[in-house]
Amino acid sequence: MSPPLVAMRDVSLAFGGIHAVDRVSVELYAGEVVALLGHNGAGKSSLVKILSGAYRRDSGSIAIRGEEAAIANPRDAKRYGIETIYQTLALADNVDTAANLFLGRELRTRFGTLDDIAMEAEARKVMGRLNPHFQRFKDPVKALSGGQRQSVAIARAILFNAQILIMDEPTAALGPQEAAQVADLVRQLKADGLGIFLISHDIHDVFDLADRICVMKNGAVVGTARTADVTKDDVLGMIILGKCPPGAVPGPGGVAAPDRMADERPL
Amino acid sequence: MLGMVLALALIWIGFHILSGGLFLTPRNLWNLSVQSSSVAIMATGMVLVIVTRNIDLSIGSMLGFIGMVMGVIQVDVLPKFLGFEHPATWIVALGAGLVLGVMLGAFQGALIAYLGIPSFIVTLGGFLVWRGAAWWVTSGQTAAPLDTTFKLMGGGPEGSIGAAWSWTLGLLGCAAIIALLAHSRGRRKQFQFPLRPMAAEVFLGVAAALLILGAVAVANAYPWPIGTVRRYAQANHIALPDRGLFIAHGFAIPVLIAVAAGIVVTFLATRTRFGRYVYAIGGNPEAAELAGINTRWVIVKVFMLMGLLAAVSAAISIARLDAATNSEGTLAELLVIAAAVIGGTSLSGGTGTIAGAMLGAVLMQSLQSGMVLLGVDTPLQNIVVGVVLVLAVWLDTIYRRRRVS
Repeated sequence: MSPPLVAMRDVSLAFGGIHAVDRVSVELYAGEVVALLGHNGAGKSSLVKILSGAYRRDSGSIAIRGEEAAIANPRDAKRYGIETIYQTLALADNVDTAANLFLGRELRTRFGTLDDIAMEAEARKVMGRLNPHFQRFKDPVKALSGGQRQSVAIARAILFNAQILIMDEPTAALGPQEAAQVADLVRQLKADGLGIFLISHDIHDVFDLADRICVMKNGAVVGTARTADVTKDDVLGMIILGKCPPGAVPGPGGVAAPDRMADERPL
Repeated sequence: MLGMVLALALIWIGFHILSGGLFLTPRNLWNLSVQSSSVAIMATGMVLVIVTRNIDLSIGSMLGFIGMVMGVIQVDVLPKFLGFEHPATWIVALGAGLVLGVMLGAFQGALIAYLGIPSFIVTLGGFLVWRGAAWWVTSGQTAAPLDTTFKLMGGGPEGSIGAAWSWTLGLLGCAAIIALLAHSRGRRKQFQFPLRPMAAEVFLGVAAALLILGAVAVANAYPWPIGTVRRYAQANHIALPDRGLFIAHGFAIPVLIAVAAGIVVTFLATRTRFGRYVYAIGGNPEAAELAGINTRWVIVKVFMLMGLLAAVSAAISIARLDAATNSEGTLAELLVIAAAVIGGTSLSGGTGTIAGAMLGAVLMQSLQSGMVLLGVDTPLQNIVVGVVLVLAVWLDTIYRRRRVS
């Protein structure tokens, strides 16, 4: 079997005394969607920010296709084909769609100046795929609707042939119809052989799209399971109680069932 | 921007009527253009500084310090080695000033970007430090008179390019604008993008050409003063006719420098990666960082450019005065910031145009010159300029709010 697309091993990151990410190990294979679940503050966003180069880990290792990867900043991550759709979208509101899509990777003419026309042409192509009715290429993105802004953020992630995609709450700002479009896109990208980390609060979405589920609590992994092997209740138990069900591989962040702990406590 | 042009037209016409026809004369407009250039040059850089959510309070003092250094180099230092009026004097003095400006800007920019000290504080420190340094250069003495070639940067009859060159430059400018419009339309057509109606393109081209040629006509309608003509005639052994000799000023060199600075900085801001990053950082610094942009280095470069432009303005200022004094450029930072803000630059970052800021500089100078023509006292002039600044920003705020909703 080929090595995993991404293998994170014992990755830790602390802010002051708080363990935002605590000895997390997780793997992602090509053509697979791994959902990262957990409460707010469980460490999901911090974990993916380590992978996307926004944060630098304190310890642990990241391997891409079996080889140690040096990711110190967002540019490094992009070199490994890692693209991220941030929860905040991370758009520069005052510039237009094409400028946002190519931010940091602008196309240039042979004189070294910005090739705005070529960038707009590419923008029209990729936006046509995601949001066929979109025409407001001259407006700054702050003038766009929430759904259109989300499309821009998604378009930026798929524009450069990403191999590893991180989607942090990609449907949070969307209506049901647009959310369904994003779900279709995820399936299509998966079929194209991309590996996708999906962070979502919508457990139905997760069961619909994810192959595996990795639940985090207080920065550590409670357990990892194939979606087919667990029920929604199992997953909720992992998220809320940190209890690892029989169908899942337990991680360092799990706890024994609380009732049993109470029984075993010496009186 | 259209509002700005209207406001400027209103001010010009108002002063023209109030002064009994003294304002819209070639002479006054020519002087106005020269007086605006120093602030306009620095305003182009200030736009980029403010767009990145920073401020530079130090440029007036920097102007004083750099001007002092350039003055001393040509008055005291170079004559020892090259003798007075050596042909290389002006370029050595100017070059040293420009390098010093870039270095001061880089130093302040590095403190801001890499040490994380707020730009307000760093440049407030610079405001005091560079003004003190300007005094130290000569212990407060004035450096004068300057090199004759260097002085051309200040304008005046000799520091202007005359009628023929002004027409040549004007026609070149028209040709460049038409070529740019045609090129842009051609490329949009090639990619099958929506096009502006042909009538709009023609209107734009004709309006721009008329503006340029109008400016040439005004600059060429202002003759040299009779004393200068007499001296010129004597020096060149021309017999002076009885009715005098009409020698046109044409564009003043400082004005051409300002226009060049405006074009170059506009190019940087809109056509290069650097400019794109400047605006992106202003719009969302975190997003710029996540996009892999080296935001700190971009900030340092913005302040280096600001320092360079302060040095250019320093050269023009001391050349106009024919002397370098340690108080040169006092309060210039506030005029420059006001020009940028009146010109539509938002202090919250992300928006602002170079052309707007330069128009803002002209608008403020128009107010001042107009009031001088009307014989308004200096304190009252300051009051009016202050009120106009606040009023302009208030109107702009209302306009923006209405457009968003």
